[in-house]
Amino acid sequence: MIKAKTLYDKLWEAHTVRQEDDGSTLLYIDRQFLHEVTSPQAFEGLRMAGRKPWRASASLAVPDHNVPTTDREAGITDPVAKIQVETLDNNAAEFGITEFKMGDIRQGIVHVIGPEQGATLPGMTIVCGDSHTSTHGALGALAFGIGTSEVEHVLATQCLVQKKSKSMLVRINGSVGSGVTGKDIVLAIIGKIGTAGGTGYAIEFAGEAIEELSIEGRMTVCNMAIEAGARAGMVGVDQKTIEFVKNGDVGRAYAPSAEQYRDEQWSRAVEVWQQLHSDIGAEFDALVELDGVDIDPQVSWGTSPEMVVSIGDRVPDPQAETDLIKRNGMERALIYMGLEGGTKINEIAIDKVFVGSCTNSRIEDLRAAAAVAKGRHKADRVKQVLVVPGSGLIKQQAEDEGLDKIFLAAGFEWRDPGCSMCLAMNADRLEPEERCASTSNRNFESRQGQGSRTHLVSPAMAVAAAVTGHFVDVRELMRGVK
Amino acid sequence: MDKFTQHSGVVLPLDRPNVDTDAIIPKQYLKSVKRAGFGPNLFDDWRYLDPGDPSIDNASRRVNPDFVLNSPDYAGATILLGQENFGCGSSREHAVWALTDYGIRAVIAPSFADIFFNNSFKNGLLPIVLSETEITKIFSEERKYKQNQQRYTLNIDLAAESVTTPNGDSYHFEIDQFRKYRMLNGLDDIGLTLQHRAEIKTYEERHKREEPWLFSN
Ligand code: SF4
Repeated sequence: MIKAKTLYDKLWEAHTVRQEDDGSTLLYIDRQFLHEVTSPQAFEGLRMAGRKPWRASASLAVPDHNVPTTDREAGITDPVAKIQVETLDNNAAEFGITEFKMGDIRQGIVHVIGPEQGATLPGMTIVCGDSHTSTHGALGALAFGIGTSEVEHVLATQCLVQKKSKSMLVRINGSVGSGVTGKDIVLAIIGKIGTAGGTGYAIEFAGEAIEELSIEGRMTVCNMAIEAGARAGMVGVDQKTIEFVKNGDVGRAYAPSAEQYRDEQWSRAVEVWQQLHSDIGAEFDALVELDGVDIDPQVSWGTSPEMVVSIGDRVPDPQAETDLIKRNGMERALIYMGLEGGTKINEIAIDKVFVGSCTNSRIEDLRAAAAVAKGRHKADRVKQVLVVPGSGLIKQQAEDEGLDKIFLAAGFEWRDPGCSMCLAMNADRLEPEERCASTSNRNFESRQGQGSRTHLVSPAMAVAAAVTGHFVDVRELMRGVK
Repeated sequence: MDKFTQHSGVVLPLDRPNVDTDAIIPKQYLKSVKRAGFGPNLFDDWRYLDPGDPSIDNASRRVNPDFVLNSPDYAGATILLGQENFGCGSSREHAVWALTDYGIRAVIAPSFADIFFNNSFKNGLLPIVLSETEITKIFSEERKYKQNQQRYTLNIDLAAESVTTPNGDSYHFEIDQFRKYRMLNGLDDIGLTLQHRAEIKTYEERHKREEPWLFSN
């Protein structure tokens, strides 16, 4: 009998070029995404060694971390950021790599544009010099972040030397309730296993609640696999995956084309993709299970994504923690966050709101945000609500659907695509001690600006906080209870 | 890449756990497009009392006299002595470049974060894991030397996998043999992989026949 395999086994084996005795494997990489921050030194290395890209068409470049989200016509005013973006333009041109430049409607956050363009396909190995590359695993791909020397290595050889990780299955049994999103699911997982819980593993997410998520929702879940310490996150291919590749709301230029849907290549591709799931009886090194009914909308309270509770809970009291190291960590986080143990989450008032990032800036996220914003207005105490779409095409689609009007009427700002306040490398940032409801993925100290205080939430929860001025269970708002 | 065989150097003690890559090189310096030039901003937040930025000349900033890197006793130090989970946080290789640009050749600690550890080897920076007891001993010996106004140097021998103290104590460390071989010979990973060029080509052709849609662009 053939041994039952996990999805991870299948993807790994299909890309093994050779394997050494010590298990280190030369893995073929189908797609590399490049952005302006972690690629310049890789290109410089190629140039110095007189090397050429192995297969330039395997790479796709886009500036996102440093680009401004307003007044694009004026160009980039920060001279250092400007050089970095121009360097990407020049490198892409010199080495024959396709780039979606700042003025291009296809430009956006690297992990958003890949799937949007069909440049992320089921069965691929995908890398990028960015830890959140795990996002692409939502389509049944093996995707992970790498360092700059590895970026250069993939450019030059189309391969990486890797050792296989252990495998973990995270299964969500049963459905989640309405108002509970992919973001809440993944925050609840991280709350349960901790930020080091997935270290050394590749995680496959499965179970009813994951199957019921859209591909966008699955991307949100896989995006944050890295925050659980895992290098990769993935979901098996099902009919939704294939529909996503076939009929996106926007054209997926890189996927097999519309004519090919009818031809043999498309049906062959579908046949291959349908095998991309873990076999029945496949063994994992670790199993984590959660029940969907137990998951409520989540709000992080500290400076690590594992410091997270349900909206109905209170900020935990460090005194109740018996582990001394943990207690110290909690105390430090609470001081930084300006919070006290025992405070009810829905009594925490906020200053700013950020809807965006590779975690939550896709059309579905914007629709969820607009559904809560519709007919409401940001609370007086809230100084700024930024809505930053993940790509130019998403921005256009949202405008076609009239979402921008809803945001503007609510007193929100409607911006151009980029990473923006997720990491505050451009002008979008918090002032010291400002408290933000954010749909991004990291609540580290100073992540959104020096001294910034970040609470991670879903888009609907972020807007609920924007319109009330404090955290609130979005399900109450949707029922019309104030 | 520079070879690493033997190295003798002054030790820079950094006695705190969880030194993250953001502390090693803050994000405002990631806008550079070069591999070199990060040394002057290594540990920027700790090294200076006022905030820094690529547009600000470091010479005009207030130096933190209490930070070990600013002490003349440690001028020219090349071996960093750290604590557990060194190099955690973001994947930025800039952290390794900042250390090597400053002149650090090796980091000795009880444990390292994964990506930092990998990135080090790719840049000729040798990360050495010693036990907590050994590290504690080295820290305290270094303190004694400092009190006597002597410079404390260690000798690292990669081939022998040993770290030797001025007293002649020798500590053994483990290293992956393939990595050791590459460091000793200053071999570049890309060059090594390209030795398998034909094998990669064969794989690629088969892969393309089987799944041509992966090659459509
Ligand atoms: S949106 Fe944030 S997490 Fe995502 S790639 Fe950009 S900076 Fe990284």
